[in-house]
Amino acid sequence: MAPYLILFGAFVVLPVVLGGWMSLHRWDYTLPNKPFVGLENYFQLFDPTSSSSQVFWGAMGATGIFTAGSVPLLLVLPLAVALLMRRTFPGRNLMRAIYFAPYVLGVAVVAVLWRFLLDNNIGVVNHMLGVIGLPDDTAWTTSVPAAWVTLIGVTVWWTLGFNAVIYLAALQDIPAELYEAARVDGASGWQQFLNVTLPGLRPIFAFIVVITLIASANMFGQSYLMTQGGPGRETRTAIYQITETGLRGFRMGEASAMSYVLTAILLLASAIVFLILREKKGSHR
Amino acid sequence: MTATSFRASTPEKASRAGARHQRSRGSRVGAILRASVLIVIALAYISPLVFMVLTSFKTQADATAIPPSFLPENFTLQAYEEIFAAAGGAPVLRWFANSLLAASAHAILVVAVSTLAAYPLARMEFRGRGIVMGTIVVTLLVPPTILIIPSFLVVSELGWLNTLWAIIIPTAAGAFGVFFMRQFFVSLPRELEDAAAIDGANRWQIFTRIILPLAKPALATLAMLAFLTNWNDFLWPVYVLFSPELQTLPAGLATLQSSNAVRYDLLMAGATIASVPVLVLFVFLQRFIIEGVARSGVKG
Repeated sequence: MAPYLILFGAFVVLPVVLGGWMSLHRWDYTLPNKPFVGLENYFQLFDPTSSSSQVFWGAMGATGIFTAGSVPLLLVLPLAVALLMRRTFPGRNLMRAIYFAPYVLGVAVVAVLWRFLLDNNIGVVNHMLGVIGLPDDTAWTTSVPAAWVTLIGVTVWWTLGFNAVIYLAALQDIPAELYEAARVDGASGWQQFLNVTLPGLRPIFAFIVVITLIASANMFGQSYLMTQGGPGRETRTAIYQITETGLRGFRMGEASAMSYVLTAILLLASAIVFLILREKKGSHR
Repeated sequence: MTATSFRASTPEKASRAGARHQRSRGSRVGAILRASVLIVIALAYISPLVFMVLTSFKTQADATAIPPSFLPENFTLQAYEEIFAAAGGAPVLRWFANSLLAASAHAILVVAVSTLAAYPLARMEFRGRGIVMGTIVVTLLVPPTILIIPSFLVVSELGWLNTLWAIIIPTAAGAFGVFFMRQFFVSLPRELEDAAAIDGANRWQIFTRIILPLAKPALATLAMLAFLTNWNDFLWPVYVLFSPELQTLPAGLATLQSSNAVRYDLLMAGATIASVPVLVLFVFLQRFIIEGVARSGVKG
């Protein structure tokens, strides 16, 4: 027990406390003096005229666009895949493995690969679009909104299998008797989906929403590798901005304040998701 | 989704119509048809990965030729020879060794500390157990975002910046491993331990001789998940490793990509090398990996 608690204290508890402490100072890693400035870092972030607030909320906006675009797709498409794979058929395990395979690769491999496929000039994607008569000169990584399509599409391709596997396990936990009963009552396939499948998934649904939300809100590698946050700063996400401010610019006090604000917003969003989904469950019964 | 659920229900309707024989043959043909459509879609899904591997065997010119060819026209190992010779300041073999060492050490560490922490939390009564468990569960909900900047400082104070210690140790404090193993230990029948206790075994003997052997599949699953996570980790190595020869593979790939003239043949070879170990692990142990993920979801 002790070894874990030492690690836990040093690399979880201490950093959380230290981050709060740093956010109250003008904490430059490279300077000997780290004067206490109270809540100044936070005031800066909420002062619309300060440059750091413009940079930070710009990055938060980018995170917002990415999250709003990716989360719904990552809730619906994996469910569709899981429903297709629920019944046993020859090759089912192979298929499950194929959809999951991109997820075992890291973001670096996935992003480097897609940057190549989506290259403006020599990329396969533009070539194939040209072959079927669509515009073949889209700048997938250097113009908006195409860069958003790229970041969201690649993320969905990469992580779809993860959510699908969780859905699939939950689907298999729904008792078969419920479907039999529904059929006896004359429920159609669609009615069975609405009245048996969806309620059966409700316990797992809040969990999937929250982990997908947190994962999307923490998007970094795709943007860092495929768009370099560009064009301009359009696709520079909050985490990207926090690490650039804190670990490249070494203004760690400011960056800590940013991560506290981002974390607070994420915790709030997670709490809201749990509350909404719990309420629905109650009203349904 | 609508179409699927609907189609799934048609065989039952047919059976109500009474044509039993026809139904089983019809549904078998239908099932085969459906499976083949699904497998074609699945193959298209995975084709970018196949293309990556094929491109790594192309010449520099063929890799960026227009129109692109799927198969290498002039099969060559040139890209691999170049990156193994560390062309352009990219010691890929060294990165591979760094990643392998870090991910293996990390996996062992996670399994060891998580197991030792999870068993008492699952089975022993002691003061503060509720507080410890509560704290661990709370941190499962805290986004990792908040840790990055201060962890950098902690690692810097320990003198671990630009060393593999920074990659191996801090992330082993994550709560997932403890939670995962605790779930497993809780699910074991208590009678086993009671019987051993009656036979005079002490706690440690029960743990090492009864519990651990039973836990082998769970330990293996956790080790693999920890290995995969660490092997693929990107953000943290990018910021805590500075020297070119100390990079892990993902961080190294980023430097390879940002070099002035992007060599896509080299990049695809590097990406293939970064993928092979995890894909091999996955192909042989996919059941454990997928079930590990599914279970963490369902019970988490």
